[in-house]
Amino acid sequence: MVTVTNLSRSGMSDWIIQRFTAVLLAVYVVVIASYFFCASEASYETWKEFMSCLPLKIFTLLAVISIAAHAWIGLWTIATDYIKPLLIRAIYLIACGVATFVYVIWAFQILWSV
Amino acid sequence: MLKVSIYRYNPEIDSEPHMKDYQVDTGGKDLMVLDVLSLIKEQDPTLSYRRSCREGVCGSDGMNINGKNGLACVTAISDVVKGNKPLVVRPLPGLPVIRDLVVDLTLFYQQYEKIKPYLINDTPAPAIERLQSPEERDKLDGLYECILCACCSTACPSFWWNPDKFVGPSGLLQAYRFLIDSRDTATSERLADLNDPFSLFRCRGIMNCVDVCPKGLNPTKAIGHIRKMLLQQGV
Ligand code: SF4
Ligand code: SF4
Ligand code: FES
Repeated sequence: MVTVTNLSRSGMSDWIIQRFTAVLLAVYVVVIASYFFCASEASYETWKEFMSCLPLKIFTLLAVISIAAHAWIGLWTIATDYIKPLLIRAIYLIACGVATFVYVIWAFQILWSV
Repeated sequence: MLKVSIYRYNPEIDSEPHMKDYQVDTGGKDLMVLDVLSLIKEQDPTLSYRRSCREGVCGSDGMNINGKNGLACVTAISDVVKGNKPLVVRPLPGLPVIRDLVVDLTLFYQQYEKIKPYLINDTPAPAIERLQSPEERDKLDGLYECILCACCSTACPSFWWNPDKFVGPSGLLQAYRFLIDSRDTATSERLADLNDPFSLFRCRGIMNCVDVCPKGLNPTKAIGHIRKMLLQQGV
């Protein structure tokens, strides 16, 4: 049975990755939200300054990679649950994979231009 | 008079399944659904269903009663029918129908077979028997009582989508029954067999299985225990 690859071929590591990335994303959301709550005035200038500090850049990258990994496992699961014809499943997964990849690269580029 | 609507399908004559209505005289008694079926079978001998023990022990009369899987022999009309609504009986969902309320359980049993539902122990057998302490025996409570009625697995969406790859709640409950048995020595092989993305990890914790089990067992909890064992083993 061809299933097209999941991230790791091990259910346990997929499961751990999903839990771990979920926690990381939750923390990231809190950090970003607290900026909006705490910043005296949320303007382009303060936002840019906030985003250009290195630790936050690294954290943002981690968050982007987490979304990508989390989404890929989720999309792969959806595909193997609901899409039975193999050709359609493969096309769907390739589209998801390419989109995820593009988003990650794009995010890198945006971050490093700040 | 009780209104009853039953799923009927005989592949030799019917081009597709249909619901057939019956009126049953229950004599004012709160009968079990299985009793209602046997009264209908007197009216219409072509109706097919499985049953054996008629007391919730053999697990052969699992079916979908007013939208919920259960054993017909231990489900009273009053448990499922409110007011003068009809009693609606369908086969267990998600499996091929052989005829009327009889489904093909091959996939279900194949999953059961996969988890090796027997003790594996290659150490020399003692003279009389392998003993367990009362505490070790207690760990099997809530697991060994499963009668393989398939109510849980056929209520599980993950089993509907991948009945060939996801072991399903019933099989996983049994897997844990052998994983936790002090007399079994194949723990790590058993765990390794469950570590792919489908066999166990397709469980999404929806708990339909817990909701329907006529024996009050908790497959979701057993699945959680297995996951913990896998985690501890670090595979
Ligand atoms: S808890 Fe898991 S096994 Fe039980 S019904 Fe939900 S997905 Fe299926
Ligand atoms: S766990 Fe419960 S519902 Fe599932 S097969 Fe066993 S007895 Fe039936
Ligand atoms: S007939 Fe045996 S469980 Fe219902």
